[in-house]
Amino acid sequence: MMANMKPGSGAHVGVKVSVSLIMWQVMLAISPATVYGLFCFGWPALNLFIITVLSAVFFEAFCLRLAGRLAKPVLMDGSAVLTGWLLAMTLPPWAPWWIGVVGSAIAIILGKQVYGGLGQNLFNPAMLARVALLISFPIEMTTWANVSPLFFSHSPGLIESWHITFVGLDNLDATTGATTLGFVKTEFSQNRLLVDILKDYSGFLNFIGWTRGSLGETSTLLLSLGGVWLIRQGVIQWYIPVSLLLTVTVLSGFFHTLDAQHYVSPFLHLNSGALMLTAFFIATDYVTSPNTKTGQLVFGAGCGLLIFVIRTWGAYPEGAGFAVLLMNSATPLIDYYIRPRIYGRDRKGKPLEIPKS
Amino acid sequence: MLKSCLNAVSPVHNDIVKGLKGLLVTPFFLPLETITKPENEGDIFQSFLDFFSKPRIRGGVHAEQNKAQTATQNIVYQFPLPKKLYIPLQQHVGKPAEPLIRVGDKVLKGQLLAYSQGLISAPVHAPSSGVILDVNDYPAPHPSALPIRMIVLETDGKDEWLETHPVDDPFQLTPEDISLRVGAAGIVGLGGATFPTAVKLNMGRENQIDTLIINGAECEPYLSCDDRLMQERAEQIIDGVRLMLHGMTAESAVVAIEDNKPQAYLAMQAAAQPYPLIKVLQIPTRYPMGWDRQLIRYVTGKEVPVGCRSSEIGVTIHNVGTAHAVHKALRYGQPLVSRVITVSGGAVAKPMNVEVPLGTLISELFDFCQVNIEQTARIIMGGPMMGDALPHTGLPTVKATSGVLALTQNELKNTDEQPCIRCASCISVCPAGLRPLDMANNIRINQLDVAVDLGLKDCISCGCCSYICPSNIPLVQYFKYASGEVVSRQQAQHKSEQTKRLIDDRNARMERIAQQQREEELIRIAAKAERERLKAQQEAIV
Amino acid sequence: MYVLSAIISLTLLGLLLGFLLGIAAKYLKVESSPVVDELESLLPGSQCGQCGFPGCRPAAEALVEGKAAPTMCPPGGSALAEQIAALLGLDLDLSAVKEPELLVARVSEATCTGCTRCFKVCPTDAIVGAPKQIHAVVADACIGCKKCVDVCPTECLQMHPVEVTLRNWRWTKPALPLASNAVC
Repeated sequence: MMANMKPGSGAHVGVKVSVSLIMWQVMLAISPATVYGLFCFGWPALNLFIITVLSAVFFEAFCLRLAGRLAKPVLMDGSAVLTGWLLAMTLPPWAPWWIGVVGSAIAIILGKQVYGGLGQNLFNPAMLARVALLISFPIEMTTWANVSPLFFSHSPGLIESWHITFVGLDNLDATTGATTLGFVKTEFSQNRLLVDILKDYSGFLNFIGWTRGSLGETSTLLLSLGGVWLIRQGVIQWYIPVSLLLTVTVLSGFFHTLDAQHYVSPFLHLNSGALMLTAFFIATDYVTSPNTKTGQLVFGAGCGLLIFVIRTWGAYPEGAGFAVLLMNSATPLIDYYIRPRIYGRDRKGKPLEIPKS
Repeated sequence: MLKSCLNAVSPVHNDIVKGLKGLLVTPFFLPLETITKPENEGDIFQSFLDFFSKPRIRGGVHAEQNKAQTATQNIVYQFPLPKKLYIPLQQHVGKPAEPLIRVGDKVLKGQLLAYSQGLISAPVHAPSSGVILDVNDYPAPHPSALPIRMIVLETDGKDEWLETHPVDDPFQLTPEDISLRVGAAGIVGLGGATFPTAVKLNMGRENQIDTLIINGAECEPYLSCDDRLMQERAEQIIDGVRLMLHGMTAESAVVAIEDNKPQAYLAMQAAAQPYPLIKVLQIPTRYPMGWDRQLIRYVTGKEVPVGCRSSEIGVTIHNVGTAHAVHKALRYGQPLVSRVITVSGGAVAKPMNVEVPLGTLISELFDFCQVNIEQTARIIMGGPMMGDALPHTGLPTVKATSGVLALTQNELKNTDEQPCIRCASCISVCPAGLRPLDMANNIRINQLDVAVDLGLKDCISCGCCSYICPSNIPLVQYFKYASGEVVSRQQAQHKSEQTKRLIDDRNARMERIAQQQREEELIRIAAKAERERLKAQQEAIV
Repeated sequence: MYVLSAIISLTLLGLLLGFLLGIAAKYLKVESSPVVDELESLLPGSQCGQCGFPGCRPAAEALVEGKAAPTMCPPGGSALAEQIAALLGLDLDLSAVKEPELLVARVSEATCTGCTRCFKVCPTDAIVGAPKQIHAVVADACIGCKKCVDVCPTECLQMHPVEVTLRNWRWTKPALPLASNAVC
């Protein structure tokens, strides 16, 4: 015994939780939606997913070696896998291979390692990469494949999928279309009313995710189940998801009540785009969100507000990535102004006064 | 005032929470529950309600209890008297006691060995009868095991008491007299703070406190000595509480017991039945419920301002063990010479609560409880959250020793440190409202001033942040290091100022001396010139 | 035409600003650096010379001129180095600073002849005694400058590290976790 007898201080016991366990739990929570997305969009989606995750791991290892550190112990924490995974979830499912590679490079190198690695980054790496890709490659990033599940007759087979991923899509019009949000946005610009626009809209199909969209963003049902499970496990707190979703609901509800023909309903908002993924998996990222529960409520509300504003009045049909990045940059500010009150002191840090009894 | 507070802590709130939680448990969530136990923050409904009601308990963790091994058995009183006892002269906050015996003196059990010095100090008594072997420096029960002055007593095996002079009815004594006797018995806070009890009684009396809180929380995992004491000696403890109330001329007392000790609660309630002014209260089990200031806020709703003592807001808090010691001192005239200690941990074959004379070496305690030293990865004095790791077993038990643990590697927290992922668990568990991760980050880059601004001095080293940290960052050690370093720097600063003053004084003195010499020289030259002038005059005349 | 006017206006602007800067440099010149005084007040002032400069004032001047690193004062340790770096706005690499081992002088009573040479050189009057009597060191006032050791004819004065006791024992800083992770 006594070999490890350096005079460590308390606490001598502790939770048996580790960083990697947290990462794996998040991956577990997101895996139903992922599997469903891979099923819906078939082999090309699987190709893209694998390429994105593997290149994220590769770039992480590359940066660590460059910094003169052993890569394996750091890779084992799972954070690079998770970053690649989350990025893949937000990409158009049939995007070409280099979108995944470039995205991972941006996420890991520019989004994480230049700041000093895990825990140091200011912006959510996956969102940083997604936004950078969206601005740089607007065509590739807005080409949405139709739902074409694995093993269905009209879906691309394994061989065909390699062609889609590594060469490109030939028959764009037959296999792709617009997302709900994108469709609504373009139709609004034609001065059409919602009642016309949403003639063929099915709330149920959108809810389960049977619709065009990013690889893992479509299924509101599975994403929210995964998110609730994470909250149950204590991995994330409810503050950010609840305040984010509530803000979007309240705002869209308000405007929808005012003018039901020009503002989409809260239901459609909650059911489309990256909202659920953002609320439960992106905005709740520990590193880039505030530390206190009040701060997290503010952060969530800010994300929700920005998402609603960009979706409703902005040039892009979806604003989750921008919203999260903007609020990420506000996180240090929120943490500076919203801090817990120290026992026996007031909010400003002055000792309390002795109450007169 | 107090009554309304007690009503506010009714269990209704908890029942609602439990009911709501019951609704949430759906089969879907069940199979995955085992991956990690939902640690405090997973309790969504609790946290939801907490958020909207003003929280009475802030932070804290549900640490694994590990109390059942010892809490279910009676206290063992048959500890074989050790051959030698090592009694440190300082077992309390304040100045060390001054020995008044000589080497070779024969002493009886309970005889005064060293008297208290100064306002805040406590005397030390012989834990058994025997001969004084030595008064010298021996390793202290401290993580450094550096030497500290101790009296070594060789016991004669008779364990013969000094003739004691108990009072017939201590309630006839004046409150001042109670304090004096408690002070003379060497009683200090037995919860671990070891502040001299008599001083606290005096402060309580002077500040006319309205509530005495008796701390029976025992929130540290593994420890169960207070639990057993309350179960087995409830009436004596209540008697001690009444004596303390008398000594402080206070009216009412609240005995606060965590709800993981239902039997102690029942026993104490039965013992307190005849005295309507002593209430026994169950409090939630949540470390660090036994932190005095947390307990004060929970019981009275008042918060102790930083830099104040609790008596200034009308509350004083004492440990149950202290109340028991007060009872023994006043009813039987016995000073504090022994205490109940929990010996537990994975490497202990016979974990138990055992009453031992103060000054017993841990090695003897471990022999008695059959500790497997091979398996022991860490020896801890106190609880596993706030206790200190000891380098070896040749160290004595003291008044503050509530437990000695021999933990195996399995029980210890992993020390494989990973980068901070800013999960902010440490912030949500901090009972003091600090931001441990920011403090530690600043200390790591030597920004101690920033850490102090962030509240380093308000840290109570409770260990919640270290406990919860998924990255295994030794946060508490950072804070202890920084606190020590701040003190060192202040001392260095002070010394540097003093040095400058000394140098200036010396230079001034040297200057003065030189000036004096110059003046003397001038006078001498002037005198010489005068002499020469006179001489020349005379010669001219001649 | 536009290009010409741009070139002319920018040139004029540059000339004007340069002229203003020249005037400012001439009329707003700082005579002597007040930083030296401030630095000197930070330094211990014992003129011990361990930095390699003849005294604390020259050391302060060297610091301002950039000829000395903020970590040059061994008695001041890292606390002083931080203060100096903060004052001069320098980046500080504390990993290079060795915490000074605190030393105190001690008189060996067996060999002390009471020659009084040591307490004549002691800058802080930390040595007390009288001619032909054994001298003693007041440990709290001793700054460990070793001047007494140099003049003692019988080598009875010796430097000892300050003893670690429970009163001055401190927790150590946790080791950085990533250090063990390096390849090279």
